[in-house]
Amino acid sequence: MFDWIQHFADWLIYSVFGIGAETHLGTALNFFVYDTLKILLLLFLIVFLMGVVNAYFPIEKLKDFLNRKKLYGLEYFFASIFGAITPFCSCSSVPLFIGFVQGGIPLGVTFAFLITSPLVNEVAIAMFIGMFGIKATLIYATSGILLGTLGGWLLGKFNLEPMLSDWVKKILENKMQQSDYEEEKLTFRQRLPEITRSAWDIVKGVVLYVIIGIAIGAAMHGYVPENFFGQYLGGGQWWTVPIAVILAVPMYANAAGIVPVIQVFVAKGVPLGTAIAFMMATVGLSIPEATLLKKVMSIKLIAIYFGVVTLFIILSGFLFNLLL
Amino acid sequence: MLQIKVLGPGCPKCKTTYNNVLEALKQTNVEANVEKVEDIEEMMKYNILTTPVLMMNDQIKVKGRIAQVSEIIELLKK
Repeated sequence: MFDWIQHFADWLIYSVFGIGAETHLGTALNFFVYDTLKILLLLFLIVFLMGVVNAYFPIEKLKDFLNRKKLYGLEYFFASIFGAITPFCSCSSVPLFIGFVQGGIPLGVTFAFLITSPLVNEVAIAMFIGMFGIKATLIYATSGILLGTLGGWLLGKFNLEPMLSDWVKKILENKMQQSDYEEEKLTFRQRLPEITRSAWDIVKGVVLYVIIGIAIGAAMHGYVPENFFGQYLGGGQWWTVPIAVILAVPMYANAAGIVPVIQVFVAKGVPLGTAIAFMMATVGLSIPEATLLKKVMSIKLIAIYFGVVTLFIILSGFLFNLLL
Repeated sequence: MLQIKVLGPGCPKCKTTYNNVLEALKQTNVEANVEKVEDIEEMMKYNILTTPVLMMNDQIKVKGRIAQVSEIIELLKK
């Protein structure tokens, strides 16, 4: 599928610029051109597809569905899937969180949504397909959704309602009034320009990070010796997973910038499981997210939430390293 | 006077919607009170789920996506 991009990169670097394929600079540049083009193309495609899904996703109906039906525990799973396919912007995550609790959805189910929402997002998925292939992407997305399900279920077992902010509790007391909003009736053709435009905006917003990430990756790829990290970090020592995850939690690199660097780590010997766990902790938990959440919950609850998610990410890192 | 509110915690989409409103008002010469609501607590009074939201006279017109200038002009004409 991407052969033509490889041919183009070969032609550009080896023939046009005349830099030899056997030099470090040649391989690094070739890698850079190929990856940048491939990733940007994938990003646009996936973000566009998700935009189409989003435009037609009946959020209100899903909220009612989670609220009214007896789902025998499956509601955690559905909320988690829902979190995976909603937009990546944390701006909407918090209003959705409140809308959920307000609508009478249990806190644990709402947490399932909140965990998966940043963890599995379209930018990360596009980057994963581009850098690690379909199989690793499926593992990443599935485990992200399962992690949200389990994390939400566990958080639901604690009595966490008293730790919400006062104004949120007040909302909880007087459950909601129905909004007088009418369903929009726009045809696909009417929606298409807006979907394309916002896909384009998202890609434009991350293009710089992609280029920087791939440039760092390309430089490392060409110059770092084979199995360098494998020797120092990757040798399967159990403590590498928790260290990687704990380092990653306060980091707030967007997925676009971090995946290309991780890819080189893996290519040079770090186990894929450790890398996926690192990636999840970077995008799934961050200081800006904690700041936003402070508006709706106490610091203690944020700490519990981050703690549970961190623990699950570490456990899944171990699991991947065993299985992969 | 017409009351327009743009609800959103300050993400790029919300800013674009806000700028589109200003642009639409300029193009149509309509006068309106435009307010940007960035406080989540304030925002939740309107019972919304996704941002950005465009409101005219306390009625939700567009939510969960960017309202385009042409679209806002149409809404202003009504």
